[in-house]
Amino acid sequence: MARFLVRRLMVMVALLFVISLVTFMLFIVVLPNGNPAALLAGHLATPAEVHLISVRYGFDKPVWVQYVKTMANIFDGSAYSYQSGFNVLDEIRAGLPATLSLSLGAGFIWLLTSILVGTLAAIRAGRYTDRVLTLLSMVGVSMPVFFFGAVLIYFAGYKWGIIPLGGYVPWTQSLTGWLWHLVAPWLTLSILFIGIYSRILRSTILDTINEDFVRTAKAKGLSGRKVLLRHVLRNSLIPIISLWGLDLAQVIGGGAILTESVYNLHGVGYLAYQSVSHLDTVTLLSIVMLTALAVVVLGALTEVFYAFLDPRIRLQ
Amino acid sequence: MSATAPLLEVDDMRVSFATEDGLVRAVDGVSFSVAAGEVVAIVGESGSGKSVTAMTLMGLTRGPNARIAGRAMFDGTELLSASERELQQIRGASMAMVFQDPMSSLNPVYRIGHQIVEQIRTHDQAISKAQAMDRAIELMERVGIPRASERLRSYPHEFSGGMRQRVMIAMALSCSPKLLIADEPSTALDVTIQAQILEELRTLREQTGAGIILVTHDLAVVADIADRVVVMYSGRVVEQGTLDELFYDPLHPYTWGLLGSITRVDRDRSQRLPAIPGLPPSLLRTPEGCHFRPRCSHAFGRCTEDPALRAAISDRPEHLDRCWLELEQKRRLRVVGDQIGLASAEPVIS
Repeated sequence: MARFLVRRLMVMVALLFVISLVTFMLFIVVLPNGNPAALLAGHLATPAEVHLISVRYGFDKPVWVQYVKTMANIFDGSAYSYQSGFNVLDEIRAGLPATLSLSLGAGFIWLLTSILVGTLAAIRAGRYTDRVLTLLSMVGVSMPVFFFGAVLIYFAGYKWGIIPLGGYVPWTQSLTGWLWHLVAPWLTLSILFIGIYSRILRSTILDTINEDFVRTAKAKGLSGRKVLLRHVLRNSLIPIISLWGLDLAQVIGGGAILTESVYNLHGVGYLAYQSVSHLDTVTLLSIVMLTALAVVVLGALTEVFYAFLDPRIRLQ
Repeated sequence: MSATAPLLEVDDMRVSFATEDGLVRAVDGVSFSVAAGEVVAIVGESGSGKSVTAMTLMGLTRGPNARIAGRAMFDGTELLSASERELQQIRGASMAMVFQDPMSSLNPVYRIGHQIVEQIRTHDQAISKAQAMDRAIELMERVGIPRASERLRSYPHEFSGGMRQRVMIAMALSCSPKLLIADEPSTALDVTIQAQILEELRTLREQTGAGIILVTHDLAVVADIADRVVVMYSGRVVEQGTLDELFYDPLHPYTWGLLGSITRVDRDRSQRLPAIPGLPPSLLRTPEGCHFRPRCSHAFGRCTEDPALRAAISDRPEHLDRCWLELEQKRRLRVVGDQIGLASAEPVIS
């Protein structure tokens, strides 16, 4: 276990390094958004002032020096947006409560719902219930977030007034307000994942049902319910759980860009959307690093959990 | 129930499965019985319906596509029409099964001990977890698993195939079944382990007086352990009788073929091992008349009519076969060289 963690940590650092290098090259070198010094200096600056800023911020230095400096800034919290001049880390920190609320809530909703839906579809395989659920899953998978979100806001929010039109209320301020504002975003973000996960779980269950050990469980005299829960579902959940870890990481790291934008939730995803539209490269770079960190950390956690679920897997 | 009534009496059991290609008649009118303390072997090639017979008794072939008919009286319960709830109480308790492939028959994610305890506690709600654990250790020791109290905490993948099969047997024995169904219990194992597993079955029969149904294609195993033998071919019983009747006075050409294809140390090695020519018929389209006719070198005109399963020898009412040949013809035709075998139409290639 300790050896696994050490090795995993080394891999994580190496991965983050590679990701940072690639994104830096992409955002700062390949995708130059004019002269950053000119942006920082503003419209009224003289060329001498621009040059001064360029020297001060190190834009005249070689690329690798710029890379090291930028990364150091991002990690010690002294990176500033060239566009807005705000501290990037503060911006991200401000967005985290909304993003965490959205992603953790939705994560549990989509995991639990897809377990229910997938199991129901599998035990009713080929019958009416299964066909209806299959159709709904397909709709869920193919429904774009911006469309479903817009429809939900229009009807449930604007026409019927049962949900707010958007925005985020911290739970410290009002727990009910927090819930009320998050119901629609949770639903919107979950629906795609429920569609995918329930399809995967359905087919995994149908594979597992034909396993010899399930026949053994029946031959032991277990009830159909116990066979399903203890022997079929327990084994079928393993692939779903590992998928969940990675998807959740991506959403935590600001991946729910569309959902956050549609519902005007000022989270990390919304910040990502803003910085993309303004080509705010430093902010974007920081968000990508956060996403990468979340994926790598949750990926490792998932692996630990995976080994816990399936004793045949050794953490090496 | 009278004292002489057999433990299990199967009467005209039929199992067919609706598939996309048509109705597969996997078991086509099978009758046999098992007494307490008796080992009945069901032999036949792959696809003869022997495993389906065994699994149907356990209620494991039930499903939307399965058609099951006939009767199987076991210990006062008719198994084929029993409700799922009734079956659950019998399965794993008074009737248990050991499967062919020990490598995949245990759930990989639970500890061995847990899987044995699960069965014990399913049928005995009063027993505590600790008591059930002790019972599991006792069972594991009984089937020859060393350091049972430690091994209890192992996962199936930490066991060899032979050890896993012992676990399966321990599990099957956990509720002291009256009938044990063993579906090719030693086929997936190597020969030394095979012998040990058979020894376990023999001990079980002697210690508990349980009846055993042994499904196998291995006649050496049959000769080793069985009291009576049922030979199945293409979903039907083609011959049945005591071990001695089957081995020393076999009456059906298919049985001759099976006996002729056993590897023997006393046979001339320059000859190729005799095999029954051809393949078993598809269960979708069984041949008219005797199912073995297309592969039988002794087939004649009458074989297009369906032969009944009957006793050919009047003082042996329990020795049944399904063949049109006269007894004297059979005794003459079955001798190939100086052994029993199915004469092949073409000369044996050496």
